[in-house]
Amino acid sequence: MSAENFKLTGESKFGTVALGVGVAGVVASIAGLFIDHKTFYFAYLVAFMFWMAIALGGLFFTMIHHLVGAEWSIVIRRIPETLASAIPMMAILFIPIVLGMHDLYEWSHEEAVANDPLLQHKSAWLNPIGFTIRAYIYFGVWTLIAWTLYKASLAQDDGKDVTEKMRGVSAPSMIVFALSITVAAFDWLMSLDPHWFSTIFGVYFFAGSWWATLAFVVLFSMYLRGKSKLGEVMTIEHYHDLGKLMFGFTVFWAYIGFSQFMLIWYGNIPEETIWYKHRWEHGWQYVSMFLVIGHFILPFLVLIFRASKRNFTVMKIAASWFLLMEFVDLYWLIMPSFNIVNPDAHHGLHFSWQHLATFVGIGGLFMWFVWNRLTSASVVPVGDPRIEASIHLKNA
Amino acid sequence: MSENMNELQSQSAEELRKKAEVTSAKALQILIEEEAEGVVAEFDNPGALLEAAEKIRHAGYKRFEVYSPFPIHGMDDAMGLKQSPLGFIVFAAGAIGCIGALLLQWWTSAVDYPVVYSGKPLFALPAFIPITFELTVILSGFTAMVGMFALNRMPRFFHPMFYSDKFSKKASDDGFFAAIFVWDEKFNVREVKQFFQSIGGKNVEIIHRPLEGELAQQN
Repeated sequence: MSAENFKLTGESKFGTVALGVGVAGVVASIAGLFIDHKTFYFAYLVAFMFWMAIALGGLFFTMIHHLVGAEWSIVIRRIPETLASAIPMMAILFIPIVLGMHDLYEWSHEEAVANDPLLQHKSAWLNPIGFTIRAYIYFGVWTLIAWTLYKASLAQDDGKDVTEKMRGVSAPSMIVFALSITVAAFDWLMSLDPHWFSTIFGVYFFAGSWWATLAFVVLFSMYLRGKSKLGEVMTIEHYHDLGKLMFGFTVFWAYIGFSQFMLIWYGNIPEETIWYKHRWEHGWQYVSMFLVIGHFILPFLVLIFRASKRNFTVMKIAASWFLLMEFVDLYWLIMPSFNIVNPDAHHGLHFSWQHLATFVGIGGLFMWFVWNRLTSASVVPVGDPRIEASIHLKNA
Repeated sequence: MSENMNELQSQSAEELRKKAEVTSAKALQILIEEEAEGVVAEFDNPGALLEAAEKIRHAGYKRFEVYSPFPIHGMDDAMGLKQSPLGFIVFAAGAIGCIGALLLQWWTSAVDYPVVYSGKPLFALPAFIPITFELTVILSGFTAMVGMFALNRMPRFFHPMFYSDKFSKKASDDGFFAAIFVWDEKFNVREVKQFFQSIGGKNVEIIHRPLEGELAQQN
């Protein structure tokens, strides 16, 4: 097998289109920033967290693949690796959040902290400088892990024996990743409601992130099949395995989400229940119920059948639905906090064109970066010693 | 009659013994074929066994089995096995567990012995979810295990394959065996024997219960 055979063919305009859409989205977002900066920053955070979830899911995919010595996922490994390689890009796209901290986080308001003993107590962790430094520590660590694994994988294409090295890197990295994604979720999402806390919150964000990444890999690989020789080596067997993981993590997400909910519901302490109360009034209750049905019950009932995991059309629809639901999930996590920093604004769902603008803006730039990385190397890690076995995967 | 006797007398005792042995060996062979429960053949490696399974299926045999010390990828397809119904059985059991748990909790907490706990409604769904989940999982799990055994007709303490010495010694170690059983509609002991030899089977053996004559011969 040679890497040249598995390169993307040159004709595709995907990269150019992605860049164009991205730039258009960014321009629209900047317009939005001047029109209504309060909505802009919230919309931006939702969109940023969506694409960050995909990148982090890619990083987790790569690490768990090396850690368990997976064979089936070798042919698709290059896709999550490349998604994770876009983390430095996301570090740049984080700058608006640092600049717009004041419009997002109540704890960044000095006068609010001065009148609030609880926020004063938390200010050792929740302060603008600490927030910024921590964020860039997370990005630094994730970039280091992602690019070490990505570079090693490219070296493997040229015949270097790095299997052991990649596994060695993944083991400690997994621990660092688990801790950093937890505190990142605390910083970026949970602190939107700075009085509220939930220790399982990081796991909840991770569950959704990994769940959505699986769907993203399914969808993106289906596109790449037509553009490269990936279609010759990636068969329905690989989609069947991805489908099993999608099914499993549908249950995992629900398990984590419910674990958080049940303890708070049962304890019935106002400082904890307030978070769910925000999500059970002014129309948010419909979004909450939509999540339970669309993020858990529906995927569960569809993907439980072997036949649906082995059907391209079903998998394509399911994967698109998953990505939509991940967006809804993040919207549901973030947007109800709009009224915490804007108490006078109207309560409710806050639909805005800015959500679309920021989503395609960040997404376009992200995909442009990913596409550039993908075209620069083989789409399949041809140098892996076990690639043959992975191609001939069979599900019992 | 007397002529016959004369003829017999004309042969030496040695010749007679040989003739008798040949006759009894033939008789034994016929007896073995009569008692056959199947025919087993050994193959050199997993690949050969996979090919053999394919050929057995194409030859039209349905009641056959292959034995290997470890799972062989692609064997299900080679043997033409259909998808197991176990998944659907487990799903049904899980659904029963789920509905049963909810009914149980509803009946005990809201109907038969209603007690208000910490201001929650009598039928407090969130509080009932853990038990519902656990009962769904435990019923699914047990059904998966019991159902797997049942579909494999296990546990069974004896199988005709155990008559074969070679099989008993090698099947869980380094032997790759294929067997066609007498309960196959197409089964004909001589044809199957020949068939196994034609597809490269080694040590082709008729599976049958040990016969007295055979034991005497071995001794």
